[in-house]
Amino acid sequence: MYFCKKEINMKKLFILFSALVTIVACSSSDDNGDTTGGSNYDRKLLLTNWADNIIIPSYVNYQAKIKVVATNITAFNASPSEANLLTVRTSWLEAYKAYQYVAIYSFGKSEEINLKESANTYPTNAAGIDANISVGGYDLTLLSQLDKQGFPALDYLINGLGTTDASIVSYYSTNANAANYQKYLTDVVTRLQTTADAVLADWNSGYRATYIANSGTSVSSSVNVTTNNFVKNLEKNVRSGKLGIPAGVFSGGVKFPEKVEAYYKNDVSKDLLNTAVQASQDFFNGKHFNSATTGEGLKSYLDYVKAVRSGQQLSTIVDNQFTASLTANAALNASFSNQINSDNSKMLAAYDALQQNVVYMKLDMMQALNITIDYVDGDGD
Amino acid sequence: MIQNYFKQYTSAATLAFYRLAFGLMMLLSLIRFASYGWIKKFYISPDFHFTYYGFEWIKPIGSYTYIVFLICGAAALFVAIGYKYKWAILTFFLSFTYIELMDKTTYLNHYYFISIISFVLLFLPANCYFSVDAYKNEKLRFAKIPSWNIDILKLLLAIVYFYAGLAKLNSDWLIEAMPLKIWLPNNSNLPLIGSLLNQNWVHYAFSWTGAIYDLGIVFLLLYKRTRLFGFILVVVFHILTKILFPIGVFPYVMIISTLIFFDASFHKKVLSHIAKIFSSSIILFENGKVKAKNFSMAYKAKLAFISCFVAFQLLFPFRYLCYPNELFWTEEGFRFSWRAMLMEKAGYATFTVKDALSKKEIVVNNSRFLTPFQEKQMAFQPDFIVEYAHYLHDYYLQQGLTDPEVYVESYVALNGRLSQKYIDSKINLAKENESFKHKTWILPFNDTIKGF
Repeated sequence: MYFCKKEINMKKLFILFSALVTIVACSSSDDNGDTTGGSNYDRKLLLTNWADNIIIPSYVNYQAKIKVVATNITAFNASPSEANLLTVRTSWLEAYKAYQYVAIYSFGKSEEINLKESANTYPTNAAGIDANISVGGYDLTLLSQLDKQGFPALDYLINGLGTTDASIVSYYSTNANAANYQKYLTDVVTRLQTTADAVLADWNSGYRATYIANSGTSVSSSVNVTTNNFVKNLEKNVRSGKLGIPAGVFSGGVKFPEKVEAYYKNDVSKDLLNTAVQASQDFFNGKHFNSATTGEGLKSYLDYVKAVRSGQQLSTIVDNQFTASLTANAALNASFSNQINSDNSKMLAAYDALQQNVVYMKLDMMQALNITIDYVDGDGD
Repeated sequence: MIQNYFKQYTSAATLAFYRLAFGLMMLLSLIRFASYGWIKKFYISPDFHFTYYGFEWIKPIGSYTYIVFLICGAAALFVAIGYKYKWAILTFFLSFTYIELMDKTTYLNHYYFISIISFVLLFLPANCYFSVDAYKNEKLRFAKIPSWNIDILKLLLAIVYFYAGLAKLNSDWLIEAMPLKIWLPNNSNLPLIGSLLNQNWVHYAFSWTGAIYDLGIVFLLLYKRTRLFGFILVVVFHILTKILFPIGVFPYVMIISTLIFFDASFHKKVLSHIAKIFSSSIILFENGKVKAKNFSMAYKAKLAFISCFVAFQLLFPFRYLCYPNELFWTEEGFRFSWRAMLMEKAGYATFTVKDALSKKEIVVNNSRFLTPFQEKQMAFQPDFIVEYAHYLHDYYLQQGLTDPEVYVESYVALNGRLSQKYIDSKINLAKENESFKHKTWILPFNDTIKGF
């Protein structure tokens, strides 16, 4: 190309320059991180599926399952019998499993009122519960009381007070403090109920709309917050809480068989773990709660951005790893305490399988979806 | 012949133009940096800073860090107007380089470029034309300066482009269109070009064009016939990168810097326009005087020194050849080599500190010690990982642990590959030290990236 003009036409150059600068200025001025950025993927559709078909139904189910526990506790208190105790236990396990589904969504009202911490802080503080019962005057809404309530506290109260069902029932019937025991049982389930009610009420009264409308890509956007909480739950609560801590991963091999979930019932830790992993896999796949239908989810989002890693779809890699986790879990004893004492390597294998998926999601998935674990806004180069 | 080259002269207006433009750009960049609150965020708030090997003593100095920025800004202004130029450019070089070296979390190639340019400007008579110094002191005024004064700046700019182009000649960039294949779709909501950015062929087109552009642009700018076309490409290319990626002021610095390739008549025109604003003129500086140099020992020494500096610039980016394994994976010899926007790399690192006596282990919550930005950078760069491990060792030693051992469980994902284990998790990093030697505790990459 040949430019015959000896001198550059300053004016033209200036016009070209200012035009381009304007383009940049315009394109960066609307880049406020909330409405733009990210791909064309319809995040509203994703959020709607999450809210309407997964999150809210999970809470509805959770609320209903707790209500059954409350009803059964009332019946048990009215007539403390071994048969009634068994009914409480059955409904407690069902509610505990329902909890595994809502533990993923610890944001909004749930985070505000500490649903997760008040429902499932374990190991529970048995001595503290005993003290509360004998002294009275406790306030379960205090942060200091988090380890004296929720499902682990119920576990202690209905499974751990005595070695036989008859001796457990006696605490609620013949014990000198029976009235206090009954009251504590009621207080714990009522507290579970209040929190569940409050969170569901919030979702039903406007939070759903706010949640779906917040469909941008900023750090506080719904997709970002939900995904972060989902991965965090899998990492901290499922991987570490249910497997890593009791199996001694974080204590240099010092094992804690008494730190398993539902320690007093003892033969359901595996059931709870599997439920939690299944809940996570379902959420990842966008599977509607309690239905075989699947909708928009992290899987379809990953497929939309054509996330292929080492020649395979990332969504398939993650989904397969969930299945691998469930396979590793299948090798475990129903009682993790027994498993830890007899053959801890199987616990570690289950931990590793889950850890691998935490890496896939926290690193590969977050990278592919351009979701930051924490907000960073410096220049790149 | 070499002697002859050093006896060629050119208009001082070009160098004066560059001095003015460079000074103003630096001033504006510093103001921008400060206005975003980044001084506090990057240099004052963090408890811990990642230092450069050999420059561990360069750290932020609390609230005084603001003063370093203030000095740097004032120096940039003095450079721009050419007032007490030698002191101004020396102060700018020192303060800017100090800032750059305070924390390698914020490492950017263009910061390094600025340090290099300001270092070279220290040896050039950039105040002999259109400057306050030359305005006040007639003895300093010259219309002509040795040609190499301009050529060296062109050469340094050429190195940046050409080496950046060479770095793109690798199989990931050319054959896989990585990392653009990951990055471009993130902009698919842009008007006009948005939908194109999801197309696979566009990723390849951008990759190949980018490589060819970097390799060829300097040649287009060097020849008069293609210069204007080349400059239009420069503007389009950098504006596009500005729209697509968060790369701060770098595009502007490069666009303005390439103006140095134009004829002196252009620079004179710009300067006389500016002079008019101040009801002045550049006639004053067109005194026909030539800043002729007799080849004294001192001048020869200066030329020799600068030649060595240039040779260093040419060779230093190739130091990666001294290291085994994949450069992108180990990053040994990655920085200070004009490798920009080449990788999509992210990591995830969990540290465990172990008491050597009681074997008690603590899993470290990184956010307790690092900012999100630091944690992000640390997770995929081995020198960061080992430096942080030492910090953890020292911290837990103070906390009463016996001879704390530090282990890391880390994973890294690079350019669309599935994440894999990065650092040998059985190595006590507290016992490993940063050095120029190869880090044997980085696990193998298990893949090859061919090319530069």
